[in-house]
Amino acid sequence: MATIEDAAPAVGRTAPDFSLPDTEGTVHEPGGGAATVVVFTCNHCPYALAWHARIVAVAGDYADRGVRVLAINSNDAARYPDDSLEAMRARVQSGDFEGVPYLSDASQQVAHAYDAKTTPDVFVLDPDRVVRYRGAVDADQDNPSLNAAWLRSALDAVLAGRNPEPAETAPVGCTIKWRR
Amino acid sequence: MVRVELLFWAGCPSHPQALADLRTRMALLGLDPDRVEIREIGSESEAESERFVGSPTIRVNGADVVDPADRPAALTCRVYHRRDGRVSPTPDPADVHDALMAALAAATGAAQPGTSRS
Repeated sequence: MATIEDAAPAVGRTAPDFSLPDTEGTVHEPGGGAATVVVFTCNHCPYALAWHARIVAVAGDYADRGVRVLAINSNDAARYPDDSLEAMRARVQSGDFEGVPYLSDASQQVAHAYDAKTTPDVFVLDPDRVVRYRGAVDADQDNPSLNAAWLRSALDAVLAGRNPEPAETAPVGCTIKWRR
Repeated sequence: MVRVELLFWAGCPSHPQALADLRTRMALLGLDPDRVEIREIGSESEAESERFVGSPTIRVNGADVVDPADRPAALTCRVYHRRDGRVSPTPDPADVHDALMAALAAATGAAQPGTSRS
């Protein structure tokens, strides 16, 4: 069960608070630490899968600098069974989410609150939970050498107390699968 | 004659790239890139009737360029694997190339008198 505060975020505004369980039931919230990356993702989308390793690598590379990465699956699992909690748990147990809690947003309230568009859709929050970057991981899901450049650049800026450049890019991926 | 179809669902953004890649491969093989039959799949019932397992789907002479195996019909983005193992929203251009080549070879063979059909 998700709990939500605040309104839909834009760059420079405070992001909604939430409490969501991971695949083992531990509840996670954004904020705290030096920065939080909130990434809406899923199991069945080729864009999310293509960028996934780069996101996990960011989590590993920035963990010792106080950055947390929270992955959220908000898709309607009734229509897309590949996004069920069981399927999420299987990926976590296979080691696919090393260092990244994989949260279930079964009610879709968090995706609505963040106005998430796609999987993936990335938000970088500063320690005050203000959105400093929103958009894609980098410019091309098919080019691993880009190495999550936009996300890393945004984190580097936030950690240095600067505004990311770019602060916003167009999220690219599969649409969030909303309940009907 | 080689029939080339691209089926897509508008909810997935990958079909323009897939179409561009397909047309490039067709041109390289001497096929008219404008002869691609492009069809939008707009409903789950249409996906079922077309055996559409995801967007984009490319068929050459009715055969999928990548075996969809037992994937169910669905309005979704299709997961492809490049030949180096990477996941991608579009098929490996080499797989498209091979499917076009096979169709061309079959068409050429069929057109040659005396070609064995056994």
